Amino acid sequence: MSEPAATPSPPAGPPLWLLLELTYRCPLHCVFCYNPTDFENVGRELETAEWLRVLEEARALGSVQLGLSGGEPLVREDLETIVAAAHRLGFYTNLITSGVGLTEPRLQALKEAGLDHIQLSFQDSTRRMNDFLSSTRTFELKLKVAALIKEYGYPMVLNVVLHRLNIDHVEDILEMAERMGAEYVELANTQYYGWAWRNRGQLMPSRAQLNRAEEATARFRERVGARMRIFFVVPDYFETRPKPCMNGLGRIFLSIAPDGIALPCQAARMLPGLTFPSVREASIRSIWYDSPAFNHYRGEGWMKEPCRSCPERGRDFGGCRCQAYLLTGDPANADPVCELSPHHHLVTEAVMRAEREPTVTPAEQPLIFRDHRGSSARE
Amino acid sequence: MMVVVNTAARPAIGDGFRLQWEPAQEAHVLLYPEGMVRLSRSAAAILTRCDGEHTIADIVADIERAYAATGLSSDVFAFIELAVERSWVEFRA
Repeated sequence: MSEPAATPSPPAGPPLWLLLELTYRCPLHCVFCYNPTDFENVGRELETAEWLRVLEEARALGSVQLGLSGGEPLVREDLETIVAAAHRLGFYTNLITSGVGLTEPRLQALKEAGLDHIQLSFQDSTRRMNDFLSSTRTFELKLKVAALIKEYGYPMVLNVVLHRLNIDHVEDILEMAERMGAEYVELANTQYYGWAWRNRGQLMPSRAQLNRAEEATARFRERVGARMRIFFVVPDYFETRPKPCMNGLGRIFLSIAPDGIALPCQAARMLPGLTFPSVREASIRSIWYDSPAFNHYRGEGWMKEPCRSCPERGRDFGGCRCQAYLLTGDPANADPVCELSPHHHLVTEAVMRAEREPTVTPAEQPLIFRDHRGSSARE
Repeated sequence: MMVVVNTAARPAIGDGFRLQWEPAQEAHVLLYPEGMVRLSRSAAAILTRCDGEHTIADIVADIERAYAATGLSSDVFAFIELAVERSWVEFRA
């Protein structure tokens, strides 16, 4: 049975998920950060009043889940004001933080402002590796913050980005999480955008490392049972089908960058040929429903083969446009993670390179820490 | 954790969850960390009555009155059991 060719897109629903990247400023310098590597060239951050207008307009359209991220959102001194306004409007508010800057007075103020949820990131289970990977001395501080978060009645939700340099510590990471009383742990394998894309050669784990980490996670799950829920996000380079990135661009997710540029995904700023509108110049309604940038990848009209006639196109939407662009130079190509993509070899070759030990030695190519100097050099 | 559901129990929306009406979706939704469940009308009819004050027996009676129906008890029980399993609902002492 042949599938019908790409059909016209149905009308877009509301942007249920709103992510505010309040700032790209961050006290950490993580090598796997997905922020743009030229973040230093991004324009002036939105003022408080501008963020509040974004919240009002998005809420009126039906946005209901709110992520507050960055950079480190606590760098913004108006975070409490933004949370309070969001709470009044009926958003469910999620703070995504490194914990740096989360002092007790600020946590108390955020709680009073109505903050619903906190996700805390760690880089590793050891002080040495945590501090190395973030190029800071923050390990002890994060442990203190974790205790504070629990003290204030929030569930302890940990996020640890995994890669070649820390994936062998999964068991220790989970034990650390257990000692901290974590209820949820997300072990998120690195996705290769931004700084992580630059450092891909050093960050890609080997298949053996990945298997060991999955086994360790399964053993741990068995031991702790329902007390701690663990999400293991498999790195998509090791898959044969792409992730349904953002559930399709422009379907439910709206991200606002620090300078007010509206994006259908935090990484989408890199996509060529599209002019992403600014909330300084247009309403959220017109941006979401009418702008060419948001309509471009809606539906299936943009798809090429093999996606265009693929029976799975309604499930994975052809994968990730940014990954297709980074790897093949054309964002309308199938995500090369898909084994049906003619470019799939680009992914398997990267995985195969990671099998050789070590892939790229620090002497050949040093890890690039996210910082201002690195940021001045555009990709 | 085993939870004994009986008619005298007083269900309340679980910690970290929030129930609200969303005009844009024309539905009640249950919000939780980084997620959302859109509720059917019958699920909403039950959850909006889980206020920690009323017992399951009260809730059944109230719904049967509101919908001019009888024999809804087992449906309400089944849904509350599922809701407890998913932490949408908990019991106040």
